[in-house]
This record gives sequence, C-alpha cells and structure tokens, in this order.
Amino acid sequence: MSLNIVVLVKQVPDTESVRQLVPGAGTLDRGAADGVINELDEYAIEEGLRIAEAHGGEVTILSVGPERAAESIRKALSMGADKAVHVLDDAIAGSDALATSAVIAAALGQVGFDLVIAGSESTDARTGVMAAMLAERLAVAQLTLASKVDIDGTVVTVRRVADEGIEVVAGELPAVISVMEKINEPRYPSFKGIMAAKKKPVQTLTLADLSVDAQAVGLAGSATAVSGFEAAPPRGAGVIVKDEGEGGAAVAAFLAERKFI
Amino acid sequence: MAEVLVLVEHTGGDVKKVTAELLTAAARLGTPSAVWAGPGAEAGQARLAEFGAATVYVADSPDLADYVAAPKAELLARLVASASPAAVLIAGTAEGKEIAGRLAVKTGAGILTDATGIHAAPDGTPVTAHANFGGAVNAQATTRTGLAIITVRPNAITPAPAAGQATLVPVDFTASDAARAARVTAREPSQKSARPDLTEAQVVVSGGRGTGSADGFKVIEDLADALGAAVGASRAVVDAGWYPHQFQVGQTGKTVSPQLYAAIGISGAIQHRAGMQTSKTILAINKDPEAPIFEIADYGIIGDLFTVIPQLITEISKRKAD
Repeated sequence: MSLNIVVLVKQVPDTESVRQLVPGAGTLDRGAADGVINELDEYAIEEGLRIAEAHGGEVTILSVGPERAAESIRKALSMGADKAVHVLDDAIAGSDALATSAVIAAALGQVGFDLVIAGSESTDARTGVMAAMLAERLAVAQLTLASKVDIDGTVVTVRRVADEGIEVVAGELPAVISVMEKINEPRYPSFKGIMAAKKKPVQTLTLADLSVDAQAVGLAGSATAVSGFEAAPPRGAGVIVKDEGEGGAAVAAFLAERKFI
Repeated sequence: MAEVLVLVEHTGGDVKKVTAELLTAAARLGTPSAVWAGPGAEAGQARLAEFGAATVYVADSPDLADYVAAPKAELLARLVASASPAAVLIAGTAEGKEIAGRLAVKTGAGILTDATGIHAAPDGTPVTAHANFGGAVNAQATTRTGLAIITVRPNAITPAPAAGQATLVPVDFTASDAARAARVTAREPSQKSARPDLTEAQVVVSGGRGTGSADGFKVIEDLADALGAAVGASRAVVDAGWYPHQFQVGQTGKTVSPQLYAAIGISGAIQHRAGMQTSKTILAINKDPEAPIFEIADYGIIGDLFTVIPQLITEISKRKAD
C-alpha cells in the first residue's frame, strides 16, 4: 500500500514576537512579525513522515498563504516531506476560517489524498475548527485530537484527547486527522535534508486553478468581520512584596481581603 | 423574538456550569432554547429552567455519543432549519469547536470562536468580544449572515438566573451515514479527581519550573486543595514530565479564565500568559523579581515558593478554623 498523505502547514507569526491587527481590516498584520511554521503543525509533519516510513507512501505539504509562506514550506520539505502545494492568491488574504476551509478543501480535492494530517490548532487564530470543517466539506472521517495514530489496512484508529478523557475512535480511509502536541518528537531538518529540500517540487495554485470564486473568500467574502479592536488596557499595577519571612501570611491576608478564603 | 439555540453540556443528568453561562448570553440575543443531545434531559430540566431556557429540544439517540462531532452538528443543522434561530451558542470545548465548525460548513453561517463576551447591537445583530494574542488585543466581531455560530470561553460570562419554562420537546433524530464515519469504539474517562475541572474552576493554582521536580510540584497540589482549586501547569513543567499534559495552561494548552489564578514559580512568558491573562485576579509567587508574571499580577511575592506556600497553607487552615 502506498499512502497519499497531505500535511497541512500554516505559517504564523512567531508567538514570541509582538502580534497586532491591521487598522480597518482587523486582520493579523503578518508583515509585522517573524513568520514561522505553526509549532503544532510540526507534530503533524512528523506524524506524516512516520506513517509514510511505516506504511509506505508520499508526504505532500499543503499550505495556503502569502509569498513568504514559501519559507515555511521549504522548512517542512527539509524535514523530509516529498513535495508541496502552495495555494497563493492575493484574493485569499483576510479569509476567515470558513472561507479558508473552502480553499483548502478545493486544493485537497485537486491534489487527492488518503490521509490529511493537521495540527490541533494554529497559534495565531486558535480557532481549532479547521480539521472538523475539512472532514465535513470532504465527507470523510474526522479523527481529530489524536495522541496516537494506528493504521491497519484501510482502518485508522486514533486515541482522541477528548474533553472527558480519552476516546478510541476508528474510521476508514480516506480521513482527516489532527494531532496533539507531544504525539511525537518532531525531527530537526538535517543538513542533507535542507539541501535536498531545495530541489523538491513546489506547485503553486491560484484560486482560478482551484475553481474557487474569489468573491467567496478574502476579507469581503468571509461570513465574519472584526468590527473593532483595541490594545487590551494594561492591568492595574499590582502590589509586589519581597518575602521577609511573612510572605505566606501576606498572601493569606490578600486572599482574605478578596474573599477567596 | 428569534430563538437562540444553546447546546447543553452535560454528564449524566448534570448540567455543566458553562451551559448556564451560555443561556445567560443567549437571553441577550433572543429567546434561549436548549438543545439536549443524549439521555438524561428530565434530570437536567430544572437547572435549564433556572437559567431561562424556554424550550429544551431533546434528541436521545445513541448516535450522538457513538460518533465524533458530526451527529451533533447534524442535529443542530436540522434545528436551525426548523427553528430559524438568530444564533447557536456552543461551549468552547474541544468538541464544541468541532461541532461549531461543521455546523458552519453545513449552514454557511459565520462562526465566531472563543468569545469572552456577547451582546446585541442596536439592530439585534450578535456582537462577540474576544481576547486575542494572549490577551494583548481586545477585539469585537460580528457575522454577515443571518445566523451566527458562536463558541464561548467557559467561565468568561457570569451566569444570571432567569425563570424559563424549559418545556421538553422531543426531536426524532438518527444520524446519516455520512455522520457515522468516525466511531467511538472505547472510552477511558479521566480519573475523576476531587478537584474542580480546570476550565470551569473559580480558582486555579498553577506551578511552573520553579517547583523544580515532580516531587516539588506536590506543593502546588497542596495549595490547590487548601483553596478548593484546580491544578494547572506551565509548559516547562509538562515538557519535563512533572505533570500531565492535560493540565497545561497556555498558548498550546488550556485557556482558563478563573476568578483567581495563582502562578507559582512561573515566569510568565507570553506562551503562558496566552492561557490565563483574562483571569480576574492574578497572584504570583516567584524568586525572580524580574519575572514578567509580576507585570500582570494583582499581588505578588518575591520569594521562595517552598517557604511561602507552606506558610500560606498553614495560614489558610488557621483562618478556616477560626
């Protein structure tokens, strides 16, 4: 069996950098911060590579994003993925999750897949809805929030980190899975991997290539809008005390004053 | 007034606190209708009435528990078609977000996730508040569609009792084949701890690198128990294997919004603040006077947690005894 594995990768602003919104649009100012691979997607890439190594198959990186997302695609390839598809179209900028899911689903339809692997969420928007939206759009099994993935023939079984504990969930290929942080230890690109990545094929697709209506995506085509935003007001300066032996009692007094004890 | 659907979170017949929060928010947008998926609605009815549910749609089909997310989204989509609600409110749990995402695809309606506040604009349109980028930015959002699908951060909205009829309306539901693609074959419920649920707790005590070891982390549990609090952990603690991942608070862990958040031995990197910055009161104890956690703390002690915490616990039990 040779599995066609597609791993979804999103370039996000580094969580260590200052993230801000664009006045008027209320969208993330992606130019203002360093772009990195969403760290939760690194677990998805690693899982895809491990599945391909264990069962045979090919790993394709799929990313929707502006031109600079090419850096993150290249990094994913240097970890060992075979090829990549970059959906690049200015009309996509400002798309909300629902509009973005339409673009990704169209790209997956075109690329073809047995298994789609996503991270559990992105560290910028943090909606945690994408894998479920894609499973719905593609009408395939949703095997999400996995802390372990097993494939036996055409059956995929995951240990799902659900709200009330662990659920063991099974479904047939093709399927969409999402993986949790810590499911594996993502590998670092080797020097050889970095060199090899430079020659790996990256296909660029536009909305027209995917037959997606540009009016249905982007800021204007999205079903949601940010109506306003402001920097969060700084929290009032707190009382900071150095412990001189009575620190615990001082905290107790504070908690009692606030009626916590 | 248009209906506003609230998907009830329940275990057995026990209605979770977040559902009361959602019903309170729903009343600001229209007439709250609860949607009960699974058995036990009779047991939960009184609680739903207490927080203003006019109607409780009850679909008691095993499909709703036997398959992941999709059947609940399908049930909600059917109720959207028959009741034409102004909004659907869903708890911002892991599965809640997935159900909301699928419902958005089914209905084409705008989806707003992780709302920390909800109100109606003068024209009645739902407006949601959001704390973005670890609480650095406050944003407001709306949908352009007649229906808004909103997931709400637990503990962010104060529930207000309001009388409702909570009339049970049975709904005949069987999931389609498409919604049965991911079957739950086994369940291993989390060990029921005596402590409150992390995302619903009024008080959360979290420990960080400063606890030094798995053994050292026990002092965090002791303080949590003295305060009747949930235990949280920083990523450093989880990475080191001192405490399980399900308790991680932060950017890639849980987001909490308790009345009191105690950050013990946690430096307060942006990664951590993303998960707790909307807490009402923040207490910090840290050896390092430069720790960024002190910038957002309402009260802070610069000192050794291993001397401060035991003294605090003694003081708490003394006050309890008085």
